[in-house]
Amino acid sequence: MSCSLDAQSVVKGPLDRRSFLKCALASGAALGMGGAAEPATGMPSGAASGSGDDPRYIVEAKFYEKLSNRKIKCKLCPRECTVGDKERGYCGVRENRGGVYYTLVHSRVCAAHVDPIEKKPLFHYLPGTVAFSIATAGCNVNCKFCQNWELSQSRPEQVPAEYIPPQRVAELAKEYHCPTIAYTYNEPVIFAEYLMDAADAGHAAGVRSIVVSNGYIQQEALKAAYGKMDAVKIDLKSFTESFYHNVVSGQMKPVLETLVTLRKMGKWTEIVYLVLPTLNDSDAEFRGLAKWIKTNLGADVPLHFTQYHPEYLLKNLPITPVSTLERAKAIADAEGLRYVYIGNVPGHKAQNTYCPKCRKMLVERVGFTANKVLISKNKCPFCQEPIPGVWHA
Amino acid sequence: MSTMRSGSRRDFFKASLAGAALLCVGSETGPLATAESAAAGAKSRVVVAHDALLRGAGSTVDAHRMLALLDRAMLALSGRDRPGEAWKLLVRPGDTVGLKVNTLGGRGISTNVQLVAAVCGRLQEAGIKASDIVIWDRTSEELERVGFPIAIGGNRVQCFGTDRVGYEPELAAWGSVGSCLSKILTRRCNVLINLPVLKDHDGAGVTIALKNMYGVIHNPNKYHPDGCNPFVADVNMLPEIRTRMRLTICDATTAIYEGGPGYKPEHSWNANALLVSTDPVALDQTGWHMIERKRAEKGLKTLEAEGRPPRYIATAADAAHRLGTNDPRRISVVEV
Repeated sequence: MSCSLDAQSVVKGPLDRRSFLKCALASGAALGMGGAAEPATGMPSGAASGSGDDPRYIVEAKFYEKLSNRKIKCKLCPRECTVGDKERGYCGVRENRGGVYYTLVHSRVCAAHVDPIEKKPLFHYLPGTVAFSIATAGCNVNCKFCQNWELSQSRPEQVPAEYIPPQRVAELAKEYHCPTIAYTYNEPVIFAEYLMDAADAGHAAGVRSIVVSNGYIQQEALKAAYGKMDAVKIDLKSFTESFYHNVVSGQMKPVLETLVTLRKMGKWTEIVYLVLPTLNDSDAEFRGLAKWIKTNLGADVPLHFTQYHPEYLLKNLPITPVSTLERAKAIADAEGLRYVYIGNVPGHKAQNTYCPKCRKMLVERVGFTANKVLISKNKCPFCQEPIPGVWHA
Repeated sequence: MSTMRSGSRRDFFKASLAGAALLCVGSETGPLATAESAAAGAKSRVVVAHDALLRGAGSTVDAHRMLALLDRAMLALSGRDRPGEAWKLLVRPGDTVGLKVNTLGGRGISTNVQLVAAVCGRLQEAGIKASDIVIWDRTSEELERVGFPIAIGGNRVQCFGTDRVGYEPELAAWGSVGSCLSKILTRRCNVLINLPVLKDHDGAGVTIALKNMYGVIHNPNKYHPDGCNPFVADVNMLPEIRTRMRLTICDATTAIYEGGPGYKPEHSWNANALLVSTDPVALDQTGWHMIERKRAEKGLKTLEAEGRPPRYIATAADAAHRLGTNDPRRISVVEV
């Protein structure tokens, strides 16, 4: 979930103005500020901005168990919320109604953009293509630095949304010439049911699916939901449990387990580490992270160190110095990782892909655009070194 | 709509207490002293007013008896002889008053319409215009479901949910919380009267006055881990809430001792009471013990034994928060 909701996102293809503006409004106008005019005096302007009871969005959840007294235990993410009747889980988008647990966000899209795949970022997956990227409201953590907090930290009824059922998602992806559907912006774990159905519809139409996720998901749900993905990008927030507890309101261990499982499942996976000055930028963390990746996932997993831009509850932090990102990369390179990138710094040479053997540039990127892609038949064209990834459709 | 700053609120209370008992450390406070005064060392008063015949011979609350009960509570709290005078200690003409009710549990365990009507009547007698009173909760649907008619505009008491106006776009932050606040709070009222109900809660232990402020923020679901601690206290520290809060009237007409916060008729009882205080911590402490007494009567374990003691109450009283007192030696419970 490293993308910002940018109404200036590249739009390739005839996304009609009405739909685009609706979605752009939704992405930047959370909390009842979009849609109907919100007068400054706080006087009601008319009808409610969105009911939590629109039946189109309410589907019985998967991954939960029923308890006594109409309670349920959610089994979707490691929080394992025990939710009483009429209450919601931590994510805010799953609700217990009389002892049955429901997702409130199936097909309830708050943001839809056509994004370059490099924006996710996925650098070793279909470079130069675009992804039809969708999101709902909600998240199962509360990162104090969240770039998309207006979506992720909102309840679905607080954010304007559009009904886009799975079949329609696949159709739109094809209409806008997107070989991939991306579940992103907020945290897709919490809309697992919708993600699974949309992925099925996409595959039936010849469209792949990728997910941009925090990886904070239980194993059964991981295999069922992310098992349908063609690639996965995991945001690993730090390499200490204390950071996860204090800054993310989550846990690191389940995320590491997710990464290992994805590897075992053979899913193409890339990792983003958003570097927050003073909080997760020590040499020890960078080194520990790199060693862990190499030991448990392999040296070929792409690792992106990305620059933080102040947002949400950590506006007091500065932008990550480029020198810090370069330090992180140097440490990871020294530990033997072969594809280490620097993100959110347009024009930096570490956004390019280089052959780990002959060091020739194989993919040149400027911003979110892959200008040159020289990889041929999954190999370096210069020295024939295999370059892992999903390079061709 | 101007926002009451902390300083002007203290000045207001000082002026209100002119002629009333002086604040003395170690003795009971003046009638409607603020929670800060209580936290500073003076005693907090929590009035528990009972009426066994509140429902008459049936199951519906009798509006006249509810008004009488409210009056009795306010007179005991204020030390005044007439209800109007008690209310004039809290509000003055020109104030805009938000009545934050609790309707989450639906019919059976929500703030009673009759209680709110009684409060509205007394506020108007104290000089508040009807249109400057707004009854509110998170959604209009929740309000309507329990009998509050939606009223928007016109020369009448207003009643609608935050879903009609939305939340502020900017975050309010204190301690561990960062939330967007209901525009009803921030733009429609400079005085807040809290009208919670009395329930146990499967996470927090109990949900009474302090936790009713979860209905003011856009993301309450984020603040349920760890028994809602320290989040409940931190939410109440948000300046927009703290500077407006004047009074808590807890509707304990019906109360729940097990299975809350949803309505569990099998675990509810007709307490037929109101708890009234300017100290929400002391009120929550008192309400918690009412719930524990009922649980003991029913042969249930204490909330602590069940692993869900309301730890947020002590946090709210601690040196970092000072929202009130949870010290029984500094709480004067007055039963009327």
